[in-house]
Amino acid sequence: MNEQSQEGALALHQRIQAGELSALEVLDNTFATIEKLDPQIEAFNCLTKDFAYKTAEEVDKAIKAGQRLPLLAGVPLALKDNIHLKGVKTTCSSKILENYVAPFNATVTNKLCEHMIPVVGKTNLDEFAMGSSTENSAFRKTKNPWDLSRVPGGSSGGSAAAVASGQTFISLGSDTGGSVRQPAALCGTVGLKPTYGLVSRYGLVAFASSLDQISPFASNVQDIAAVLQVISGADPLDSTSLQNVPPMDYLASLDKPIEGLKVGYITELLEAGLQPDTKAAIESAMKTFESLGAKVEPVSLPNLRYAIASYYIIATAEASSNLARYDGVRYGSRLNADKDILQMYLSTRAQGFGDEVKRRIMLGTFSLSSGYYEAYYGKAQKVRQLITNDFKNAFNQFDLLLGPTSPTTAFKIGEKSSDPVEMYLSDIATIPVNLAGIPAISIPCGFDQQHLPIGLQLIGPHLSEAVLLQAASAFESKTSLKNLHPQTLASV
Amino acid sequence: MAGALTTQTQYETVIGLEVHVQLKTQTKLFCACSTQFGVEQNQNTCPICLGMPGVLPVLNRQAVEYGILAGLALNCGIALITKFDRKQYFYPDLPKGYQISQYDLPVCHDGYLEIMGQKIRILRAHLEEDAGKLVHAGAAGLAGSTHSLVDLNRAGVPLLEIVSQPDMRSSEQARLYAETLRNIVRYLGVCDGNLEEGSMRVEANVSIRPLGSETYGTKTELKNMNSFRSIQKAIDYEVARQTELIDSGERVIQESRLWNEATGTTASMRSKEEAHDYRYFPDPDLRPLEISPEWVERIRQAMPELPLQRLNRLQEEFGLSEYDASVLVELKELGDFFDEAVEHTSHYKALTNWLMGDITAYLKNNHKNLEDTRLTPKNLALMVQMVDSNQISSAIAKKILPDLIETGTAPDMLVKEKGLIQNSDESQIQQICQQVIVENAEEVAAFRSGKEKLFGFFVGQVMKASRGTANPEVVNRLMRELLKG
Ligand SMILES: [Zn+2]
Repeated sequence: MNEQSQEGALALHQRIQAGELSALEVLDNTFATIEKLDPQIEAFNCLTKDFAYKTAEEVDKAIKAGQRLPLLAGVPLALKDNIHLKGVKTTCSSKILENYVAPFNATVTNKLCEHMIPVVGKTNLDEFAMGSSTENSAFRKTKNPWDLSRVPGGSSGGSAAAVASGQTFISLGSDTGGSVRQPAALCGTVGLKPTYGLVSRYGLVAFASSLDQISPFASNVQDIAAVLQVISGADPLDSTSLQNVPPMDYLASLDKPIEGLKVGYITELLEAGLQPDTKAAIESAMKTFESLGAKVEPVSLPNLRYAIASYYIIATAEASSNLARYDGVRYGSRLNADKDILQMYLSTRAQGFGDEVKRRIMLGTFSLSSGYYEAYYGKAQKVRQLITNDFKNAFNQFDLLLGPTSPTTAFKIGEKSSDPVEMYLSDIATIPVNLAGIPAISIPCGFDQQHLPIGLQLIGPHLSEAVLLQAASAFESKTSLKNLHPQTLASV
Repeated sequence: MAGALTTQTQYETVIGLEVHVQLKTQTKLFCACSTQFGVEQNQNTCPICLGMPGVLPVLNRQAVEYGILAGLALNCGIALITKFDRKQYFYPDLPKGYQISQYDLPVCHDGYLEIMGQKIRILRAHLEEDAGKLVHAGAAGLAGSTHSLVDLNRAGVPLLEIVSQPDMRSSEQARLYAETLRNIVRYLGVCDGNLEEGSMRVEANVSIRPLGSETYGTKTELKNMNSFRSIQKAIDYEVARQTELIDSGERVIQESRLWNEATGTTASMRSKEEAHDYRYFPDPDLRPLEISPEWVERIRQAMPELPLQRLNRLQEEFGLSEYDASVLVELKELGDFFDEAVEHTSHYKALTNWLMGDITAYLKNNHKNLEDTRLTPKNLALMVQMVDSNQISSAIAKKILPDLIETGTAPDMLVKEKGLIQNSDESQIQQICQQVIVENAEEVAAFRSGKEKLFGFFVGQVMKASRGTANPEVVNRLMRELLKG
């Protein structure tokens, strides 16, 4: 594995700025690590060496010219393969977009360019970000770096595994129902889902528009704060991006003590279905927070039990609509082009989409159908409001809420893939956060008996990222659970 | 049958119109592409209106403003909160697989227009994006074509769909409603109102019911009427067709029917009934839009004059007859021209006569629009003034009109160039008159023996000899004196 990864992204950036390391050297090292490790991990769909080296050259040129580098310049980053990098394929790990080359940059990608952050490759995901294990990719099964027989979580499994295995220092994923926090938990990395609208969605291929949010992975909280600093901000191209958010310095408050912070642990998430080791780790984390001077008390969010049902109606409804554009007419694969238009549609979509995507399109189409709309979509929206209110009420009493990220640690590849409902249930702790549009972070809080990482989830109110990061940073300092990489990989 | 009496059922026609007007914004409804008409296929496209993966819509506020403006002119209420919904169906001219439209919170609601003394209620007016266009290759239409091409220049162009209640009772009323609507959107400057080019599209929902019945009959939806005349004709045809069906004991099928201008008939568009389920739901990419009363008020304040207001003003301010005023209102550019010309002359009636008479005839004969010529309101007004002050006769004015229209040269310059300035010099005119009398001794004798009709002949001869420049009044007076002997 890459030795530089022990230091983290910011430390590396500072060494580049100081002239101790050139960006080119860092990149050479990164690609060497990828070549060594990725045949086992399979985190990447493709590498973007040309783009990365061009960026690294810019960095080194700037250093030579004595310029001050922008934040994180020169630090290699992996991009989930549903975020556009102009001139490079965006496949969404789907056959239907297997050869689709992005004609423009995502807004976040433009920000990465402005910060001279080399994108080294596009990472694997569950097809169109639909899944919790990255097994739904049409191309490859990404492995969990801590145990290659296990899943990395999903849907941003490739981005999580790339950081956990030390192939890159930071990466971007997208979190619709936990697609960044859950793989972060399963891979022992940090993953932050920002407030809905804090990061532009322009150039992120939509799964469920009202829930999707581009979200970073890193090996420690400080690096996460730095990436958030780079990618956040209002975007005129995204009508749902938040306007008038005062500029924040997410790095500034990281070291502040959290004494007196009121933390509520969500009782519903510590009950049924939680693995004993995970439960123990969460309870231990609560004690850690108390030792840091926080007040930890129970809080109930009674409508949480309807979250999964509500989520799978809203997310699939939006997905069924967002994925209608893959019809073979303008781009993407096209089958049976010599037949009539209906045959072309049917063949293109039947062959182009995988089972899980088709399942969700059908669910969503059904719940929006005339006669069913009120009973399903309409009701799901009402439940969404109830859940949002539950959180609001809780935040009247507490600064932050706490719970597990995932009820279990990483499961075996193939273990749940035959039972979609069981797979859906594993998102119970993360989904409510997307429904409410609020921020949450997953940080490592220990290991189970098989030495698989366990994730702790901290949830904050609207735009509370600074406090979330501050609390996560305090926890991280106290437990030293950061920059975790499986040692076994070093001998691969 | 008892008494062998056949009582012909009397039917009432029920018509509602759905009118799409293309809003004249510079850019499309949700992206920055130009809305310019007639450019190369797919030139006005970008990833957003092509429905590429990862794009997002951004609402064009000008389109909303135009929508509000039209709504106010149609006496509509303006929504405080409006939102956009996805109307979903698959078709190759619809890039995203859904059209962004408005379902339950349209920007305008509950208005009306007065047509033939009756209020025609308007249910709603909502914003939506247009679809693209299919071009079928290898044949005139879809049938027989080998493949189809997609032109997405129009995809995403903003439309305002104005939906009336089924309040119209005759095809004439429907035509007038459509014409009135066209005039209003043109006066507001929000739409060209061109049915042939498709910047305004009218669909008619037509049904019939026994006179006095309270319930509606089964309606058909008529499409493809490319002129106001064909709206009326299509409805007439459809009413006759439905009447015949019902009279012969058959049923009207609810369906869309295409008007065929060449055959003068309507034909069913689809072989089988398609019950579309558009699965409308709120577009999660666009936040609901709040429309502040202040914004609406600003738009209301800036509202230009409407056709009805101009009709009244032209009569009151300039004393025009209702007919003259209505002609100037009907053709907005004629009315605009009039309004500019009255800055330079107070001979309103003469001005109106020129505009409605010789100028309209000239344009018609030469297949031109007023705005395509070089005629300026000021030049026309000057010419009217010259006629009034006897600088030229109306005959000369008519003579120079084509040049006035085509060259844009001022009328005094034209008259000078052509040596056509009116001559009122009595001694010169008397000389010509005497010459005419000498040269036409026979006619003079006939006149003097009572054939007074010949007087016009003598005047004509004088005018001819003076190449039309002699002041006709002077000619008349002198000639009469001379002929008396
Ligand atoms: Zn466009």
